[in-house]
Parts: sequence; C-alpha cells; structure tokens
Amino acid sequence: MRANVWSGRNTVQVENVPDPKIMNSRDAIVRITSTAICGSDLHLYDGYIPTMKRGDILGHEFMGEVVEVGKGVGSLTVGDRVVVPFPIACGSCNQCRRGLFSVCENSNPNARIAEKLMGHSTAGIFGYSHMLGGYAGGQAEYARVPFADVGPIKIESGLADEQVLFLSDIFPTGYMGAEMCDIKPGDVVAVWGAGPVAQFAIASAYLLGAERVIAIDRFEYRLQMAREKGGAETINYAETNVLEALREMTGGRGPDACIDAVGMEAHHHNPGLHAYDRVKQATRLETDRGHALRQAVIACRPGGTLSIIGVYGGLMDKFPIGALMNKGLTVRTGQCHVHRYLRPLLQRIEQGEIDPSFVVTHRLSLDDAPTGYETFKHKRDDCVKVVLKP
Amino acid sequence: MADPVQASSSPSGPPGRPGDNVSRALGLFSAALGVPQVVAPGRVARLIGLKDDGRTRFWMRAVGVRELAAATGILTRRRPTGWVWSRVAGDTMDLALLRAGLGRKAVRPTRTVIATGAVLGVTAADAAESVRLTRREAVQTPSASTASQDGKAAGPMHARAAITVRRPRKEVYAFWHDFENMPQFMAHVESVQITGIRRSHWVATAPAGRRVEWDAEMTADEEAKLIAWRSLEGADVENSGTVRFLKAPGDQGTEIQLELHYAMPGGALGAAVAKLFGEEPSQQVRDDLRRFKQVMETGEVVLSDGSPEGTLAIRLARQRPAHPLESEPIGTKGGPS
Ligand SMILES: NC(=O)c1ccc[n+]([C@@H]2O[C@H](COP(=O)([O-])OP(=O)(O)OC[C@H]3O[C@@H](n4cnc5c(N)ncnc54)[C@H](O)[C@@H]3O)[C@@H](O)[C@H]2O)c1
Ligand SMILES: [Zn+2]
Ligand SMILES: [Zn+2]
Repeated sequence: MRANVWSGRNTVQVENVPDPKIMNSRDAIVRITSTAICGSDLHLYDGYIPTMKRGDILGHEFMGEVVEVGKGVGSLTVGDRVVVPFPIACGSCNQCRRGLFSVCENSNPNARIAEKLMGHSTAGIFGYSHMLGGYAGGQAEYARVPFADVGPIKIESGLADEQVLFLSDIFPTGYMGAEMCDIKPGDVVAVWGAGPVAQFAIASAYLLGAERVIAIDRFEYRLQMAREKGGAETINYAETNVLEALREMTGGRGPDACIDAVGMEAHHHNPGLHAYDRVKQATRLETDRGHALRQAVIACRPGGTLSIIGVYGGLMDKFPIGALMNKGLTVRTGQCHVHRYLRPLLQRIEQGEIDPSFVVTHRLSLDDAPTGYETFKHKRDDCVKVVLKP
Repeated sequence: MADPVQASSSPSGPPGRPGDNVSRALGLFSAALGVPQVVAPGRVARLIGLKDDGRTRFWMRAVGVRELAAATGILTRRRPTGWVWSRVAGDTMDLALLRAGLGRKAVRPTRTVIATGAVLGVTAADAAESVRLTRREAVQTPSASTASQDGKAAGPMHARAAITVRRPRKEVYAFWHDFENMPQFMAHVESVQITGIRRSHWVATAPAGRRVEWDAEMTADEEAKLIAWRSLEGADVENSGTVRFLKAPGDQGTEIQLELHYAMPGGALGAAVAKLFGEEPSQQVRDDLRRFKQVMETGEVVLSDGSPEGTLAIRLARQRPAHPLESEPIGTKGGPS
C-alpha cells in the first residue's frame, strides 16, 4: 500500500510499504477514505518529539471502511464506516474505566521508554513515535486498529467524511480544552492560537456557555476564521500588546479561563526573544518553547483556569510558576480522551449544532502529503487544515 | 557453577563507603581543571607550553566545558560510573590534543611533554576507578534498591516490581498459580511443565542465546495471598521468586508484588553484558508484570509494528520502523496463537 512515512527532520515521503495485518485478536483493518494532517504531526516533522525512526508511518486522524476484523472484535463487521480516535485504549484498565482513555495503562507496548521520560507511560498513539507505542499511523491506504472493539465509532448517518473526520482528534480536543475550563455563565475565555484545534476550542467554549471568547494569533486569515466561523473577538499578537489588550477587554480582570492551543513550537513576535527559545530548543537545553503558555499564565484572572491542550514534549525554561501559584490558578491538561466525546459530539453534528468541515482549506491526494506538510507548516496559501485522500 | 552468593558479597561493600572518595577526588580535580580552562584558556595554554592562539584557546575552552560537565556528573550523581568513564574518554582526547600540540605549536616542548606525562597518570587513575565502579555496579545495581529481606534467596541478582491489575485477587492468584501460564508474559521463560503437586520443570533463554533448565518447587502457597518458589539442586540457574497479592484500594483490583532472585549466568560480567542489551533485571521484571497485566485485563500481550514480538528487551532498545511487517507477525508467545 501507499503510506506517508517520516524520513528525518522536515522530510516525509509517500512510499510503498506492506499492507497491515491483524496482530492481536481485537484488531481491525480499516481502508482509509480520509485522513488529515495535525499540528501534532508538525512537532514530529520538525523533529521535536524523540524516538522517531525513519520509515515510521505518520498520521493519527483518519476514518474509513472496516475490511477485516480479528476474532475478538464483536462490535464491528466488514463494511462498517468508522472514525478512529487517535489514542489507543484497551477499555478495561482502571484509567479507561475512569474515562481517562489517553492514559490507558495497556496500549503502549513500549511503556518502558515512556516511563524513563515521564515516570509513567501514557496510551499508545497512532503514528506518534516509538515512545508512544511504535504504531503505524493513518496517512496511508490502510491501517491496523488495535482494540477495535473499544475505539472506532460507526457512522451510520449519511454525513460526509469531512463532517465527521475530526471526531478522531481536533473536535474532541478543542471540546475538552473548553470543558476543562469549567465554564460558568458570564465567563470570558481566551484562546491562544487560531489553528484548527483552537477553532474547535472557540466553538466549544460557546457551546458550553461562554459569554465571550477571545482568540490570539498572528495570522490574520486564521483570526478571520475565528471571527467569522467561531464568533470570537481577536487579538493579533504581532500588532498588539496581548496582555494590555486582554486587560482592557475584560475590564481589568483578565480572562476567567485561558486555553493554550499552541503548544511546544510557540512563536514570539520579538525576534530576539524568539531566537532565545529557538536556540535553547535546538541545543536541547529545553525542548519546549513557552511563549504562549507563559503569557497565558500572566494574563489569567486570579483564581482562573489554565487549560493546556497544545502539546508539550519535555522541559521548558523560565516558566512563571510564581504567578501560577500565587494567583491560585487551576491547571487542567492532557492528550484528549477522545473516546468519551465521540458519541455526544457526533450527536451535536447530527443535530446540526456544528459542522466541523469549516476548518478544511486544502484537499490533496495522499501522494501529495509532502506538499501538504510544507503548506500547513509555513501557513502558506491561507492553510488551516489539510485533508488527504488515499 | 560457582557459588553466586559468594560473588555478591565480595566486591567493595555497600554504596557510600570509602572507595567512593576516589570518584569524589576525580570530580573535584575535573572542577579545578575546568574553571581556569574556561576562564583563562590562554594562561593555561602557556603554562603547559602551547602556543597561545585562537585555535588553542578554542580547544582549551572546549576541554574546560567538558571537565565541568564531568565534575557535575561525578559529584552530583548517586552512580557516577558513566561520568568517570567519560573522564577516561576525555583523557584520551587530551592526549591526542597534546600530541597535536607537540607536532604543531608547542612553543615549550618540555612543558608539553611534562603535561602529557601528567595526563597519562591521570588516565590510569580514571581507568582504574571506572573499572572498580563498573564492577561494583554489575553486582550491585539490582540489589542496591531491591535487597532481599529473607537473605537466603538464591543468586546475587535481585529484582522486584509492583503493578495493579483490575481483577479480583482470587482470579489473579489462580492464573499465577498455574505456572504453565508463565511463558505468556515472562520474556525469558520458554516453557513450564507441571511435574508434580508442587513441582515444575522450567526452560528459559539466557543472554547470548543460551538455554537453561531447572526443576522448581513451590515453597509457599496461600490462597489469594502469596506464592513462593525456588529452583532445586542441579539447576542451570539458581533462582527463586515470591509473588504477593494485595487488595488494591477502592475497586481497583489487585496489587501484585513480585520479587525474583537469580544467579546471572556468567556472574557479574554476564550481568554487565546483559545490561548493555537492555536486560536490566528490575526493568525486566517490570516488563514481565506489564505483560501479565495486559494478559489479565485485555486477554493477550499487546503488539505494535515497532515491537511486533511484544516487549522484548532487545527490540525495545532497537525498534523496527512503525510500518507493517513484510511477513506474518512473529506470533510469539503472548501474541495471538
Ligand atoms: N491535547 C491533544 O490531545 C491535542 C490534539 C491535537 C493537537 N494538539 C496540539 O494542539 C496544538 C495546535 O494544533 P493545530 O493543529 O491547531 O496546529 P497549528 O500549527 O495549525 O496551530 C498553532 C497556531 O498557534 C499560533 N501561535 C504560535 N505561537 C503563538 C503565540 N505565541 N501566541 C498565540 N498563537 C501562537 C500559530 O500561529 C498557529 O496558528 C499543537 O501543539 C498540537 O500538537 C493537542
Ligand atoms: Zn492530532
Ligand atoms: Zn486501558
């Protein structure tokens, strides 16, 4: 089959690889009909997540048709149309039972490697380094889906791929980002970033009852999407002092909740300060650039909530722990526990409360994945979200 | 084989004893050398008879930074072995630099020759200390944190690990009680055959592809609480184990505490070599328990493209790329049969 593989920093290529096979009895094989490129893939592409190997198939946002099931999968049959959640979860360990699927205790065969870095392992993730399982990803014609009796959700209504594809990751992720803010009537929520994840955090904050949502980014076309599709107010951090603007916009209080939807490759519009973190990251003195997160801590109202859904990999420098502690902020974080949002969010889509396809700006064939990565990485051609068709 | 218990007690006692002063001294020496090399590289260069130019200063500073790193490592780590070895590597580099200096830009060759002699002496001290620490670690690493309590366990390698399994104690106990289940989750155990009420015959793989066998006897057996076993006379590898089953808080199932003792084939050296291949005993036991949990909670050992054999130590160290295998999955023990 054809698959998009990682072949070193800033290089991906579409290659012929063997077709996937059933390895565990609870596996299914899915023929992929749509698959997307995520901001998390950029962290791999840019070489900031350790334990990648040349030849690793990328991709964790995919859907398609079941073409084979293992003998332990009772809930799916060949021909079912499914969306697959990006974390792999067994459904039966204590964490899964708590609904904390992205920290499943059984789905990472390479838990040993993750334990070295984090003390404990988290769930395996499709196409997301060997530390997180060494699973082949979904930017391919076919994928093996472990624990297929737990993860995939069947799509029985006639919704188009693009309307349901993002149930695999960014819609639930944005939703969880907003849910973790514990939004109360009258709350003002600030969202750092206006990328695809942020777009869903904005939409979800309104779904959950936020009074106002403020989005912060430097790409005008993305801010425009946040205004027009999400109904957010916006701040362009390249032109405006974010802290001052937020204070002004909230009558001096600061936002009640701050969502970081940027992650470890945050950018600083001051070239000197940006260079400072880039150099430290390049020399591995820190792995994570913290401009957005630091700013969110400083901006947040005392007693407010900091919700971190942007991905971080290791260590950060100059983290304002003093502000965080003294202001008594509540911190909520995590890779999304996608499984628990699948059904309720599918329902919202079916009921027409939201149509997630609004983020899609680029549709390419799988063979054009390398172009897709470059366009998305450099935010060229007003790119927000790339969908690949195998 | 030689009495392994003997081997464990002989080399230099518990950590933190006098021998460690050598490491400390070497660490302080690194610091004393590193600071002037970084702060005043030119003066150091002149002192040892080298031409004081930009290139020499650059290398002098680089060497200084390396010395400071070694000093920090040696002085702050509980196990400084790697850092002391790094000094040996550094010494070799210094000797090479001094040789280059003699050839190219020694303005006072005598001083440079003296410096070379001094470095040779230091190299010898570093190497001796490195070997001593490595020997000590080979025997002690597993036991330093995991010493056995009863003291009469077989073998110098001790490892223990704990895990929580979301299953009732009775069920977890029953699965373990049937020793023939061991190969499903214990990486090195190839087969276990029940040969009597309390007896069983075990076949296992040892490092370097060797195969070892032994007969074992259950020495304690308390329903849903504890099982203990040990090898009998004539075992290829003397070993013993205890597993305890405790009720986990709330409805989280069962806490399992496993303790293993065994004589590593090849003694301390064998252990050191095995470690190089990722076979650190306590890690090994943790991985075994993790597989046990997978079998109990999900029905089988979970496989991925990077580790198609399950958690094999060598495979964890050297992953396959994460794309499908050319052939059928290896279908190892623990995989689908
Ligand atoms: N927690 C999860 O489960 C989960 C799931 C998916 C994605 N993610 C993470 O979410 C993050 C965003 O993903 P995406 O797909 O939207 O990526 P993206 O790269 O398209 O979006 C990131 C946006 O952040 C903006 N940005 C950079 N620096 C900023 C700053 N200092 N202040 C404000 N905005 C800044 C960029 O301009 C860009 O528009 C990534 O880190 C990704 O890994 C997390
Ligand atoms: Zn993603
Ligand atoms: Zn689980």
